[in-house]
Order: sequence, then structure tokens, then C-alpha cells
Amino acid sequence: MRNMFYRYISDRTFEILLMFLAVLAAFLFGAVILLLQGVNPIEAYRAMIVGAFGSKSGWADTLVKSVPLMLVALGIAIAFRGGMINIGAEGQLIVGALLTTFVGIQLGDLLPGVLVIIIGLLAGAFMGGIWGAIPGYLKAQLGVNEILSTIMMNQIAIQIGYFLLRGPMIDPAELAAGTNIPHSARLPRSVDIPRFTDIANALGIRERASDLGLQGAMADIYGIFAEPTRLHSGFIFAVIMAVLVYIFLWRTTIGFRIRAVGLNPHASRYAGMNIKRNMVLSMTLSGAFAGLAGAVEILGLHHRMFEPTAVSAGYGFTGIVAALFGKLHPLGIIPSSVLFGGLLVGGDKMQRAMQIPQVLTTALLGLVVLFVVCTPYFVRKYHNKRVSMDIGPSDTDAAGAPAVPAAQEASA
Amino acid sequence: MTHELTVMAVFLGVIHSGIRLATPYLYAALGETFAQRSGVLNLGVEGIMLMGAFFGFFTVFQTGNLLLGVLAAAAIGIVMGLIMSVVSITFQAQQGISGIGLFMFGLGMSSLLFKTMLGTVEGINSFPELQVCLSESFCMADIPIIGDIFFGHSIMTYGAYLLVPISAWILNKTTWGLKIRSAGQNPEAADSLGVNVNAVRYASVTLGGALAGIAGASLSLSLLGIFQENMTNGIGFIAVALVYFGSWRPLGVLVGALLFSGVNALQLWAQVLGLPIPSNIAVMLPYVLTIVALALPFRRSLQPAALTKPFERGEN
Repeated sequence: MRNMFYRYISDRTFEILLMFLAVLAAFLFGAVILLLQGVNPIEAYRAMIVGAFGSKSGWADTLVKSVPLMLVALGIAIAFRGGMINIGAEGQLIVGALLTTFVGIQLGDLLPGVLVIIIGLLAGAFMGGIWGAIPGYLKAQLGVNEILSTIMMNQIAIQIGYFLLRGPMIDPAELAAGTNIPHSARLPRSVDIPRFTDIANALGIRERASDLGLQGAMADIYGIFAEPTRLHSGFIFAVIMAVLVYIFLWRTTIGFRIRAVGLNPHASRYAGMNIKRNMVLSMTLSGAFAGLAGAVEILGLHHRMFEPTAVSAGYGFTGIVAALFGKLHPLGIIPSSVLFGGLLVGGDKMQRAMQIPQVLTTALLGLVVLFVVCTPYFVRKYHNKRVSMDIGPSDTDAAGAPAVPAAQEASA
Repeated sequence: MTHELTVMAVFLGVIHSGIRLATPYLYAALGETFAQRSGVLNLGVEGIMLMGAFFGFFTVFQTGNLLLGVLAAAAIGIVMGLIMSVVSITFQAQQGISGIGLFMFGLGMSSLLFKTMLGTVEGINSFPELQVCLSESFCMADIPIIGDIFFGHSIMTYGAYLLVPISAWILNKTTWGLKIRSAGQNPEAADSLGVNVNAVRYASVTLGGALAGIAGASLSLSLLGIFQENMTNGIGFIAVALVYFGSWRPLGVLVGALLFSGVNALQLWAQVLGLPIPSNIAVMLPYVLTIVALALPFRRSLQPAALTKPFERGEN
């Protein structure tokens, strides 16, 4: 029976099985904590799941949260694939959001909205890219551990954000009112990324689900797309980006180089690839996606810049979870971001329904990371076992694809 | 005359605060030095510190016993260190990422426990400033300048400084220290000489965890006397960077910690005195300094060769 198990389940299936076991284990741990708090975990988790996926507004909020997660996770995946560890998405998101806000406010009334949105997105990506390029450059040229430098860059970005929002970028209305809350002015409405309902209206769909006689799930699905929610078309943008990153990494030479260097820097150097340039490139692209996430959050959701840590909202770290759970694959990151977006929304709903602090979600996410990073070990063991069952003793252990490229060393 | 006195007082104040503020950095960074010297990069220090700060605080809040608080902080640090060990040594996980997982877990858990078990920010009687008095009328703190700088700190601060020579002695002069260094430098060779590499790493990471827990307690029980959500605010990550800065040597870590906390103290005093430096720019300074310090070229070769590389017997 055991033999049959080893023989017929492929490495990939086994891996996916383990990933879900990892989440399950994290939730079991959470259940123990909830029990200790005197809360019924089944009810709590029910509130969480129903809150995130049980209604039109739940789904809309989940998809809204999945947008920055997806973009950040794509960036993190590019860095990880290139053998770099980018912990700096928080800071990259913040500086991206800052420049996008600046550009939006400066140009919003001068140019057509669509043009300003495009410039704003580019500005966010540009600024985030710079914030990622600095640690990349420091690593390539001076051997500075990129994990540490990106963490420092996060703090620097937060402080720059506060500095700008308390001084040069503060909303003039706040100064006039004397309240001095550190946030920027609202961007002109012409540069709001259109919401799903705006698109539906433009297409001439104005009926509510109830007008059409839709009920249940059909009404929810219809409602998500056509009724007023916070869901904006940044979601479509993020999904398109995921597909583009997939094409980039697997169908272009530069993408191939990034992956090759990540998998085996020594072989890649031997093959004539410029390792240092790749380090800087993968970190720059990684930062650009985090910056893009900041830009989309500003243009699509907040429409003004406010407290830096509230805008980044931990997406830099949750994005790591989403990227890992998506197996660092752009297309895997799409569902994974929606899942963890749902977890964030669900945590919020659980707090309101059951008075369980939302920070439980952060603890659970941390556990998911701890479990998920262990899975490659088991996949490798499993692979060896399976192969040895099929073809006799074997010492192959390279084929059990690691969740993270082997070349990743915290320092070079 | 008055002006000179003020300058002197500020100068002494900065040095005094600098010495005091280095406390959590020292505990955490010295603990991390053991972990990294054995070959494990534990990035979860920040999370362990938060857990240590909470458990230490909560214990003192309930019992009023400060020593028990420190022990509780060390105990939770050991548990967290063991979690890190299992994940990164036994299951050979990516250390840079598993540490972030541990951080998120510690951040979430400490906030959760704080919210459900305490609810509001409470105060405790924290560690008092230690007064060493030779006679009834003469205390060491009364000595001009030296007294102002070196005396009147809490026992946790003195413990942190005492830990520097102890760590250096363990690492450089004891057999166990030799085993730690060999596990981080050349695990294959150490293994062939009969050193149980993974056991040494477990011990080092767990010791580092205990010290990180105490580092958290030094914040909540000594420096601040309260617990707040995310009260470490990056100290743990700075501590990891200080190990790099100090070239994996306790004395280097001490220099780094003093430099860092000195800049921090300067920054605090600049705000107290209302100097025209935007506070955010001043707060940013230590982080910029850390990046610059990490970029200094001469210490790269000193890094333990097997840092972040999992070890499996017979792999090579």
C-alpha cells in the first residue's frame, strides 16, 4: 500500500499536497490558540471564510486585497528566481506610492486622465525599481547582504514617507485647518483607476442583480462585476502582469538568464552570463513590481497617500507568503494571492464577528511560511524514495524541485 | 558658564543614553553571533524579542518578580529558537525566509496575546537604576563625569556588557566555542572529526533564542517598563546587521551596538533640544549608517564560510 503511494503520486502532486497540509497545520495551530482563548475555532474559521468568500462584498474586498499582494508577490518571485532574497517590498511599495501620488497631483489637471494613470504607474514602478536596485547594486559590487539592506531600506522609506507627508506633500487643506494629519491631497478624480462598476456602466450594464431576478451565487458573481463595490480594474491589470511575468521568465532570454543564475550561479558564470548584472536586474524588476503595487493602491483604492505603514499594510511580508505558496510561479501566484487576500479580509471580518484580534492572521501567515519552507525537504526525500522504488537504488536528489532556487545564499 | 554646563550635561546625557540604549542590541546581537558563527542566519530575532518582551512583561505583571520575568523571556526565546532550529537545521529550509516566518509569527502572537491577555498598556515596576554606594553619603554615581556615564544603569544593562567578554571567551577559548566556529566554517571537516554539527547548531541557535528573548525583556522590563504591540520596531533586524557589522566578533558587535545606540541617543537628544533637524531624517540616520557600514569592504572575508548552508552528513 505504501509502495503504491510512493509509486503513483508524482513529485508535483505530492508537493501541492504538502503545501495545503502546511496551511492546514497553521490553521490547526490557530485552532488550539482559539480554544485556549475560549473561542470555538470552527465558528471563528467559519466567520473568516464566510467573511472573505461568502458574499458579494466579501469577494470584492478579497479581490481588492489580492491586487497589491499579487504584484508584490510577482516581484518577490522574480528576485527569488534570480537567487536574490527581497525582503524590501514594503519600502519599495511605499516609495512607489509616494512618487505616483506626486505625479498624479502635479499632472492630474494638466493631462488626460488615462495618460496620467499610465505615467503614474510608470512612476511607481520606476521609484520602486530604484529602491530595489540599490540593494541589488550593493550586493553585486560590495557583497552587502541584500536581506539586511532591503530591511534597512524599508525603514528609510517609511521615514521619507512621513517626512514628505508632514512637510512638502501634506494636503494644503490640512495645513489650512490646522489639523496637520500626515496625508497628501486627494488625487484628481480623472486619474482614478476605473472600478468594475464604472466599466459595467460604460458597457451599458446598469441593472442590479435583483432587477434581473438573479439569486444566490449567480447574484453574487453578477454583483461583483456590475454592482458598486471597491473592486477596481487594477485586479485585471495585476492578472495581466502575472501572465506577462510568466512570458518574461519562461519565454525570453533575459528571463531565462535570471532563472539560470538563480538555479546555478557557477554554471551560469561558466556559460558566460554576467552574474552581477543579473543580481541588479532581478532586484530592480522585483522592486519595480512592488512599486507598481504602491501605484495601483494609490490610483485604484486610496486616491491619496497617507501613513506609509498603513499604505504598505504588511503586503511586503504577506507577499512573500503568497509568492512561496504560488511556488514562485507567476500563474500560481494569481490564486495564491486571492487566497491570502481572502485570509486578510477574513481576519478582519472575524475580528468584528467574534472579537478575535486580527493579528491572529499575521501569526498564521508566519506559521504558513515556516511550514512551507520545510516542504522542499520532504519533496526531496519523497522523490528519492519514489525513484528508488521504480528503478532501484538511486542517489538522485536534484530533481525534487526546491521551492526556492538552490543558489540562494544569504550572502555571497 | 551656564552655557558650558548645558553642553556638558547634554554631552554626558547622550553618552549615558547611548550606553543604556545599547542593551537590547547587545543581548540580541551577541546571541545572533553564536547562531551565525555556527552557520545559521536567524532572521527571526525580532519576532523572538517581541515574544520575550511580552512573556517577560506578563510574568512580572502577574507575579511582580522581575527575575521570573527574565526567566520567562529566556524560556520563550528557547522555544522560538528551537522552532527556528527544527525548520532551518533539520528540515534545511531557506534561512532568510524561515526567519521572516518566525518574525511574522512572533509579531502576530505577541500582539494577539497582548490584546487578549492584557488589553491595555499597563505599567510595572521595572528594573531600578543600580546604585553602588561606598558609604551612606558617597555613591559611585556621584563621581563627576565617570559617575554620570557609567553608573546608574539597570542591572540588565550591566549584564549585557558583561556578556561581551563572556561571549568572546566562550567563542575563542573553549572547546565548545571551537566546535561552534568549526560548524560554521567547515562543517564537513568538523563532522569528520566527530563534531555533531547539527547538535552544535541547535545549541547555538537556541542559546541565541534565549538571549533574544532576554533582549526583548530588557526593553519591556528595563528600558521602557511597558509592553506595546511591535515595540521592538526593527531592533531585532538591526541586531542581525550588527553581527555583520562586527565581523562576527563579540567585541565588534559591542562597537557596532555602541555606535548605533550613540547615533540613536544623539537623535533623541536633538529632538529634545529642538535642533532644526527634521525628526524623520534623524530617525533614518542609523539605518543609512548601517547600510554604509555593511558596505565597508574589509570584513567580507571574515564571514563564516558555511553561513546559511544547511549541513547533511555524507552530502558531499
